Amino acid sequence: MEKLQKVMGKVAALDRMNVDTDQIIPKQFLKRIERTGFGEFLFFDWKYNDDGTINEDFELNQTRYAGSCILLTRDNFGSGSSREHAPWAIREAGFRVILAPSFADIFYNNCFKNSILPIVISKDRTDELFCLVLKNEGYSLEIDLVKRSVTGQGVEFSFEIDDFKRKVLLEGLDDISQTLELEATIENYEKLFKNERQWVLPDECKNS
Amino acid sequence: MKKLHYGADTNMAGKTLFDKIWESHLVHEEEGKPSLLYIDLHLIHEVTSPQAFEGLRIMGREVRRPDLTFATMDHNVPTTDRSGPISDPISAKQIEALRQNCTDFGVTLFGIKINNHSQGIVHVIGPELGLTKPGMTIVCGDSHTSTHGAFGALAFGIGTSEVEHVLATQCLRQNCPKVFEIKVEGHRQYGVTAKDIILGIIGHIGTAGATGTVVEYRGEAIEALSMEERMTVCNMSIEGGARAGMIAPDKKTFEYVKGRRYAPKNINYEKALKHWQTLRTDPDAVFDKSVTLDASKIAPQVSWGTNPGMVTDVTSKVPDPRDCEDLGERKSMEQALEYMDLKANTPITDIHVDRVFIGSCTNSRMEDLMAVAKLVKGRKVADGVSAMVVPGSQIVKKRAEEIELHRIFTDAGFEWRESGCSMCLGMNPDILSPGERCASTSNRNFEGRQGKGGRTHLVSPIMAAAAALSGHFVDVREWDIEKGI
Repeated sequence: MEKLQKVMGKVAALDRMNVDTDQIIPKQFLKRIERTGFGEFLFFDWKYNDDGTINEDFELNQTRYAGSCILLTRDNFGSGSSREHAPWAIREAGFRVILAPSFADIFYNNCFKNSILPIVISKDRTDELFCLVLKNEGYSLEIDLVKRSVTGQGVEFSFEIDDFKRKVLLEGLDDISQTLELEATIENYEKLFKNERQWVLPDECKNS
Repeated sequence: MKKLHYGADTNMAGKTLFDKIWESHLVHEEEGKPSLLYIDLHLIHEVTSPQAFEGLRIMGREVRRPDLTFATMDHNVPTTDRSGPISDPISAKQIEALRQNCTDFGVTLFGIKINNHSQGIVHVIGPELGLTKPGMTIVCGDSHTSTHGAFGALAFGIGTSEVEHVLATQCLRQNCPKVFEIKVEGHRQYGVTAKDIILGIIGHIGTAGATGTVVEYRGEAIEALSMEERMTVCNMSIEGGARAGMIAPDKKTFEYVKGRRYAPKNINYEKALKHWQTLRTDPDAVFDKSVTLDASKIAPQVSWGTNPGMVTDVTSKVPDPRDCEDLGERKSMEQALEYMDLKANTPITDIHVDRVFIGSCTNSRMEDLMAVAKLVKGRKVADGVSAMVVPGSQIVKKRAEEIELHRIFTDAGFEWRESGCSMCLGMNPDILSPGERCASTSNRNFEGRQGKGGRTHLVSPIMAAAAALSGHFVDVREWDIEKGI
């Protein structure tokens, strides 16, 4: 996985609560069997009108946000479906950091598998950042994961993040390789199947 | 490192059901890292698995426990006649990819045309086939995996990277969540279903009310539920933000599991039973969070907005955003009403529907179909309403047809379909047209979920059926719903 240490760039503001993964990447695009090709469909139903033309009313369609790599939004971002296509689409559309007062659990976890940093900020801080972004065209922030800091014109604050999750992003760790290093421990656990956990096995293959 | 143990723990008092399952699945713990948890059952479907299998291929990895991995095709399969090829080439490719992956990696598949007799929605077939059992850890690349918690299992949805992790290692790295007790006391009223209970809960706690937690549903009204009703409750845990919801197993659970295809047999069943009986929260256990609701105060529920927390009593009115003090919430309500094309203060029973969908992993099992059949027998779907019943699995479909339920549905004007997720998420051709309004027994009323521009109202199966017959929402408590068929 690509490492994420420092992100500097424009902030796009999406002023909506409870943005669910059905909005982030609508279901008609989930039929692809590849991990790529989702970026252009990010927020598709909001981005485009029924006739396929650009929806000028959708905030992220404003030219001022073109090329943004930081997304600022509201509570409970990423709720609903577990589809990892949502972070794939966000990442491919150029975003590396999401700032919001809260995230849905599965989406939050999925971000760390895709080199995206979700940062939980207070509601007051969210309001403050929305004001700054809306007032100043091209408003940018610098996010430093090593220092756990966010800095920009008129703001400077630090954020909290689980140490392990931070390490995963900083070093671009592949968790499957790490877990496979524990092969012997996993095998040891599986020995339980031979005696007291036999019932767990689907009966048709109970002798495995 | 924490001592790994299994079964009844005599060292410490005061464990929750969750604690017991969590601790008995710990493979490895290390300071500063998430715990490594063993996964007993991994269910997969066509939409969230292809990239995971591809990842295995690229790295030259195998599926560690194909015997603990089961696959079905449910999300994008057509629910019309499936004897011919699938017309959508992209869907066909995804379905073919799952078939090929299962063949290449030795995973049992319940697909269309392959083991078709057991195909169905992943969260319907798991319990039906006896794969789902108390005390297990169960994952699937699907947020409604919480359904299996109805058996006293720890079951939750994961992303595709985690699917790959489980395929390769049969384990998952997880931080220990908090445990949230949701108690529903008292008796529910006539006409109030498990769906109304869970919608009532979500309306009460909000869509993020249980974020970061595993919910244990408890109390008299929960214990009184049948296994299928418990599945409906646990299914929608994610709509309250919880990754998992669970209910302590009891006699009903043990009886349900007994004798099913993949359930433990004979001595193994007896051993299992002994363990399952220990799976209850200890009386002195402490929850991180707790809320109590009174079942007798829950009325049939109808959602009016664009998330499952935007729900109210059928006897109520569409809420007025101006009554909401929080400006963010108010804006969210205004956006929802605009999308739903509803005016504040409209009585819920004045809302007319164009479509009715009875199905999904929330409400597509035998009891749901029986309840609907009782209500619609000898009646007709209202003019201008198009209604369909989509059974959750081929087994449900077969059983329903054996007792002629499908005739009752088709005589009343409902379409009777093949099993699958269907219009719950509209990945297959079953979708709403822009502007259409649907009474749906599914779990999400998000914008565009059932089709771009479509408007979804979440309700129970009998509320959906009554809306189909009336053309608008009605309070089923005023109907004779127990007349028998």
